[in-house]
Amino acid sequence: MLFTVLTGLITSSLLVPFGKFIRTKGSIILPFIPVLLFLFYVLHIPSVAVGTNFTQNIPWVPSLGANLDFRLDGLSLLFALLITGIGSAIFIYARSYLKGHPYFDRFFAYLLLFMSAMLGLVLSNNILILFVFWELTSISSFFLIGFNNDNSDSRKSALTALSITGLGGFFLLAGLIILGNISGTFIISELFSKRELILAHPLAPLATILLFVGAFTKSAQFPFHFWLPGAMKAPTPVSAYLHSATMVKAGIYLLARFTPILGGTDLWSYTLIIVGGFTMLYAAIHSLFRTDLKAILAYSTISALGILTFLLGLGSTEAIIAASVFIVVHALYKATLFMTTGIIDHEAHTRDISVLAGLRQVMLPVFIAGLLAALSSAGLPLTFGFIGKDLIYDAGLNQKDNLTTLWTSLAVLTNVCLVAAGFMAGIKPFVGQLPDTFSKIKLPSLALWLPPLTLAILGIFFGLFPHIAGEYLSQQTTNSILGYNTTVNLKIWHGFNTVLLLSVLTLVLGSIIYIFNKPSALKLARIERFNYLSPEFLTKKIGSAITQFSCWYTALIHDGYLRSYHFKIIIFAELLLGYKLWISGPINLDFNALTPLSWYEVGIIIMLIGALYIIVSTKSRLTSVVASSVIGYCISLLFVVYSAPDLALTQFTIDTLTTVLFVLVLYKLPAFLKLASNRILIRDAIVALGFGTILSLITLKILYEPNTIETSNFYGNNAYLLAKGKNVVNIILVDFRGIDTLFETVVLAVAALGVYSLIRLRMKASEKE
Amino acid sequence: MELLLTLVLGLLYAAGVYLILRRSMVKLLLGIMLLGNGTNLLIFLLGKLVKGQPPVMDESVSVFKDIYADPIPQALILTAIVISFGITSFAIVLLKRVYALVDSDDLDDLNTPEEEEEDL
Repeated sequence: MLFTVLTGLITSSLLVPFGKFIRTKGSIILPFIPVLLFLFYVLHIPSVAVGTNFTQNIPWVPSLGANLDFRLDGLSLLFALLITGIGSAIFIYARSYLKGHPYFDRFFAYLLLFMSAMLGLVLSNNILILFVFWELTSISSFFLIGFNNDNSDSRKSALTALSITGLGGFFLLAGLIILGNISGTFIISELFSKRELILAHPLAPLATILLFVGAFTKSAQFPFHFWLPGAMKAPTPVSAYLHSATMVKAGIYLLARFTPILGGTDLWSYTLIIVGGFTMLYAAIHSLFRTDLKAILAYSTISALGILTFLLGLGSTEAIIAASVFIVVHALYKATLFMTTGIIDHEAHTRDISVLAGLRQVMLPVFIAGLLAALSSAGLPLTFGFIGKDLIYDAGLNQKDNLTTLWTSLAVLTNVCLVAAGFMAGIKPFVGQLPDTFSKIKLPSLALWLPPLTLAILGIFFGLFPHIAGEYLSQQTTNSILGYNTTVNLKIWHGFNTVLLLSVLTLVLGSIIYIFNKPSALKLARIERFNYLSPEFLTKKIGSAITQFSCWYTALIHDGYLRSYHFKIIIFAELLLGYKLWISGPINLDFNALTPLSWYEVGIIIMLIGALYIIVSTKSRLTSVVASSVIGYCISLLFVVYSAPDLALTQFTIDTLTTVLFVLVLYKLPAFLKLASNRILIRDAIVALGFGTILSLITLKILYEPNTIETSNFYGNNAYLLAKGKNVVNIILVDFRGIDTLFETVVLAVAALGVYSLIRLRMKASEKE
Repeated sequence: MELLLTLVLGLLYAAGVYLILRRSMVKLLLGIMLLGNGTNLLIFLLGKLVKGQPPVMDESVSVFKDIYADPIPQALILTAIVISFGITSFAIVLLKRVYALVDSDDLDDLNTPEEEEEDL
């Protein structure tokens, strides 16, 4: 199984060096990748259908529990078949659709990356690996939505999609880690047996909610749904593949995968029922008002995802069977409708259904594909959609609570709208009078219309022989989701019953809406007046508010003046140190332990303070430099008095050198200007004195702390014995800590190089101006 | 004496902070030097003050017999003085270069054209 995941990843990276070859002659090999993978999974159908599970374990990061564990069961196989099967159709279609596009190779690199990531996601038996692939699908989706990167709308939509699904990814990761910590394992098949343990844990509801956020963002459930219509900025093959048939179903997959582990609780069922139920109706109604074909399909996709969430929430055997069938039904007809839309867009250069008409005369095979898909979507008898819809109604009617009427009517209402939306997308552009503008359109190449036609016919085929789909696909999928074995028996005909009545009612009402509902730009505008209530609008508002706040905050802190940064840093340090000093208690001074004063020391200190006063108050640059050197000499004298001859020597030399350098370099500079008002000077003086006071107090406090003298004694005792030197300070520097001193020399050498080159640097004429 | 040195240390810090809050680059540099001196004094005070007993042995002995000044703060300060000289000398030369280019000692004149545009 690993190789199926790796195939796409490797070919994807190979497209970088071989881009030119793929753009020209080599493009023919691209569709073979998904087709071969599809065949590989088709060969697994018979063994999985009798209940065999395949597993594969490859250690990756064993210390983190992140291993490449793969497992193929009914649910994984269904998704793997969808990914590679629909993928095959899309690859053939897109090769023709994007022929001659300058980024042709790049497009397929992203698409292959996505396919691998999605395969990895559904095959993972390790929740950490699942998360990695989950994120990879988000990233490849980002690149594909923003594929037309010269269009600012595309870029914006890509960013929206990435931020919503990426955000959901964070929540998902948190939820998965909680699950892993509760149960002590990251392996999904081991989690199944720990259901009781997990559900008994107090963190289980939190993990469930986090998981929900991940699934809802990915599968575009209200209120996170709005990234999906935006994602329609991607080239149509991408919309067909990622944003209707596979990637958006990753959230559904996740919910289905975790149903045996977390499912069945009230939190689980009712959240899914409410969110899914609301989303399916909300989006279905929305789809009726769109004029853009892709927007209609986007909203009906959201609605279909809502139906799946809703069914998983109902959770009964009937509902799960319905879900596992509806996943296939929807993938088949929605991918078809997207592809026919793509053809229309490609040939007629518009997707506006108020303009499009009569195209059946110029592209009959496309019309047949669209018609079959629309019929399947409407759930006409003898289509696979009919069976799917029956099962949904069946699930609603058989729900074991008091609200069966509510659930069923919700489902019926949603489906009524979807019937109309399906007709609008699959039939409307093809019927009626062909306008002159479109009369010159020719039938596109076989590679464009054959894939959608095949998928559409497959939808009819499964409708005629439902037991094939039931036995080989839905049976084991249902078992995987439920966690126990049940029999799925799909039949064309259920007899005359309530479900059939509802189906007929849905069809009739849907057709009536289709006939009387004429979407137009005007109607759309009327709907959009309520946009300020939509989650999309609110999210964008919050987003821009955060940006504004950040700008304001940055401007507040980061104003471009060095002294203002200093001011803030010092105020902050004062508060922090002052607080620490405050809570550390009073200062205990032992006056007897102080060193006695002598007159010459007092003299040095007076000199030092006088120089300090001059340096702060003088207007002359030279005076301040001289005052600074006086301070240095005074400190040097203090070192002399207090037994530090080396320090005194160094300080004296260095201070002399600094002063000479200062005077040599700066004698040309003008006198200090008074650049600040008195008020600011006083403010700064207060802050500065505050800082000085705090540091003095801290020094007093630590003055008589007992300090450890073991290290000093070690150096003192061993200076001669070990290092044969009698000046301990020198011995520390050149012997005990010799390497440090070596690096210090390096620092000085670098500084010297800098000084030398700056002095030697000649100014260019342009700089002089 | 310790009390007096603590006072001096506080004043060195205060003057240093006051100077780095100014707009002049020379004052900024002087302020940094004062802060460095204050810190050296602080480290020096952390060892005990000892008069007339440097950590240097007499010719005749190989181990200290009397009390002697703590050598570790001294070693640290020695390093600090030398390194700060490296920084100061480089800063002085840099300052000269800036002055030659901008013809000003005012830090506010150094803002890049980009930032000035934003200010407008």
